[in-house]
Amino acid sequence: MTVTDVTPVVTNDGPPPQRVALQLLRRPTFAISAAILVFWVLAPIAVKILGLDPYEQAGDANLSPGGDHLLGTDNLGRDVLIRLLAGAGPILTVAPAATLLAAVLGTILGLVAGYRRGLVDDLLMRSFDILNAVPGIVAVLLVASAFGRSSFTIVLAIGVFFTPLIARTVRSAVLVEMGKQYVEASRTQGESTWRILVSELLPNVRPALVVEATIRLGYAIFVSAGLSFLNLGAQAPSPDWGLVVAQNRIFIQTSWWTVAFPALAIITLVVAINLIADNLREVLGR
Amino acid sequence: MTPDLSSLVVDGLSVDYRTRRGRRTALADVGFRIERGESYGLVGESGSGKTTAALAIVRYLASNADITHGSVRLGGTEVLDLDSDGLRELRARRVAMVYQEPGRSLNPTMRVGVQVAEAFVAARGTGRPDPGSREVLDLFDRVGFGEADIIANRFPHELSGGQAQRVVIAMALAKRPELLILDEPTTGLDVQVEAAVLELVDELRQELDAAVLLISHNLPLVAARCDRVGVLQDGSLVEEGDASVVLSSPQHPYTRSLIDALPDIDRPKPAGIVRPDAPAIATVRDLHKSYGSVTAVDHLDLEIRQGEVLAVVGESGSGKTTLGRAVAGLTSHDGTVEIHGPAGQAHPVQVVFQSPDATLNPRRTVRRILDRSIRLLGGTDTVEQLVDRVGLGTDLLDRYPGELSGGQKQRVAIARAFAGPSSLVVCDEPVSALDVSVQARILTLLRELQVTTGVSYLFISHDLAVVRGLADRIAVMRNGRIVEIGDAEDIYTAPQHPYTQALLQAARHEPVTAPIGATDAL
Repeated sequence: MTVTDVTPVVTNDGPPPQRVALQLLRRPTFAISAAILVFWVLAPIAVKILGLDPYEQAGDANLSPGGDHLLGTDNLGRDVLIRLLAGAGPILTVAPAATLLAAVLGTILGLVAGYRRGLVDDLLMRSFDILNAVPGIVAVLLVASAFGRSSFTIVLAIGVFFTPLIARTVRSAVLVEMGKQYVEASRTQGESTWRILVSELLPNVRPALVVEATIRLGYAIFVSAGLSFLNLGAQAPSPDWGLVVAQNRIFIQTSWWTVAFPALAIITLVVAINLIADNLREVLGR
Repeated sequence: MTPDLSSLVVDGLSVDYRTRRGRRTALADVGFRIERGESYGLVGESGSGKTTAALAIVRYLASNADITHGSVRLGGTEVLDLDSDGLRELRARRVAMVYQEPGRSLNPTMRVGVQVAEAFVAARGTGRPDPGSREVLDLFDRVGFGEADIIANRFPHELSGGQAQRVVIAMALAKRPELLILDEPTTGLDVQVEAAVLELVDELRQELDAAVLLISHNLPLVAARCDRVGVLQDGSLVEEGDASVVLSSPQHPYTRSLIDALPDIDRPKPAGIVRPDAPAIATVRDLHKSYGSVTAVDHLDLEIRQGEVLAVVGESGSGKTTLGRAVAGLTSHDGTVEIHGPAGQAHPVQVVFQSPDATLNPRRTVRRILDRSIRLLGGTDTVEQLVDRVGLGTDLLDRYPGELSGGQKQRVAIARAFAGPSSLVVCDEPVSALDVSVQARILTLLRELQVTTGVSYLFISHDLAVVRGLADRIAVMRNGRIVEIGDAEDIYTAPQHPYTQALLQAARHEPVTAPIGATDAL
């Protein structure tokens, strides 16, 4: 006996992943932002493959943009364009690594806090409050100056300080899902807590997590560029954008291109990632 | 035909929705008229176009809707020709609407007295809202609030569902409308509150000599309250006539199916197969649960026998859901709940929940959901056999819950509960979110599964009519206690407790004579 109750209505919960990708790519702001992101990811790789050297003196110092050096040269005669392309490397290693760390820690803590509630939840949330009471950049500065200026400490510092923000988002998404009976149905069927967390709750909080992590990635780029600018991140002669801006800012009157282009690069990357986050939020419905 | 006598004349109304898959007709050539002082019921299932009709009359349709044809005249005014000022005037002074969820019609940040006062100002077009004024308090009094000034000072979240709907009705009445449109005004309210709210609408209709358009999926309810009814199917009016005639001798097959689908409170369960001396499958002793200062279940004792369907009936807040959750082990509680399942049964208690939208994980296909359940519960069926048992086609296996209808989702949820051997299934209002015709089929399915597997049901419902065809025994709950428990036959034919009597009267759409109601809701 087969009965159709009503013709099925397609609602928008749980859309198949391929449709999400298609929907995203149809949005112009997402497509452009994704192209910018891909460009900056590929840039340092291209520099390596083509055998270009961001450290070598390529011509006279302080050549203005145009001619052999499209974006000019800096005070040491290094090609600004090559340094710009190579400079995406450090920033796109440190920031994503820090965000990934925050996402993993935040997801675990958020899932546990939201599912367990009670004392565990209270303890976690209150300690996050304390952590967040310290201004983020000051805290990261503190860690970076205390533990030395390595990429590793910066990843650790940013990651740890972003963890509460992600944990909070995951927790509130879990609380919403906990109100739905599919979680209780799993419990009455004897599903283990671990599996409820990982295979029932996690896929349903993933949209919120993805959006929050993308926003955090934008901030992480901002913060790590800021640290480099304050000379706490990458060290000379690295082509890191923040560092380049810091080193050349004294020449801004005479050779503006050495500062303007890396600054512009930071802006394009941060804006692109924020736009990606906005589009994700709209398409994933969070 | 004198148009000025008729309050509302709808003629040849057709509405299309523009969707991504092309145009979809929601209403096709619908026409009816309502005289002043008359009440007209529009009946149909979800998707029949009844809400579209209500919205079209006041031109509140969504932006992707087109009125392709027809006319709507209110007291001689052609509504479809009005400009935006005219529409505002119409909505502010002449037509009032009451929607399904009262909570959404009220501004959560404003005291309800102010909101009613604003309705007066909107109707007059001048003045400042004064929540303490005589007319506001009189109106609160009129819709049945004993302590008008106390209620007027409350925020919407401090009211029960019935109280909130009364406030919405008060707002609607502030303008003394010519036409009152009620779109499923009592769906989601308890039967007794429903009876009281509709009683109030009736009185006010006579007092104001207003036309009333009552929209509902429940034909007997509408027939009991309206002079005439129209039945909508897929956007067309298939039958129209005097309420009592349509109910007693429906002409159109669709109308007949709507009436047949309704659970009949006077049609008992086919001969029981439960022996009265059957051993208990679950024993509840001194169960107590409170949330803060509110007691949900109050030192309750209960026994569920093997192979029986025990229905727990009560209004919202009676503690019936908490009882079900305690039996299913989903909530902490005082007292004991013992399940005497056969040895080796890992998870003897399964649950079928109310909301079809929340009961399935939206990110898993039906196949994955059921496959996992079979493994967890140690079932021997294949996924294909399991969906066949609940009357679903195997073509649905690879769909996500979002691609299923409400009835189909509920069938999957039932399949999940029957994926392996179990002794007791707690059904928590499993059909109250479904259309009547789907309701009937799901109830039939639940009955068949119960007979073939011999499990016990703890069937929780607010509706005595729904449990009639299913229950062996009935427990009536109120304020966390069981006020009456007995064989279904006895409860329906000779209820002892006045509260049970009142519930039965409300379920039969009779005037409630017993002086008992949920005091907080009235």
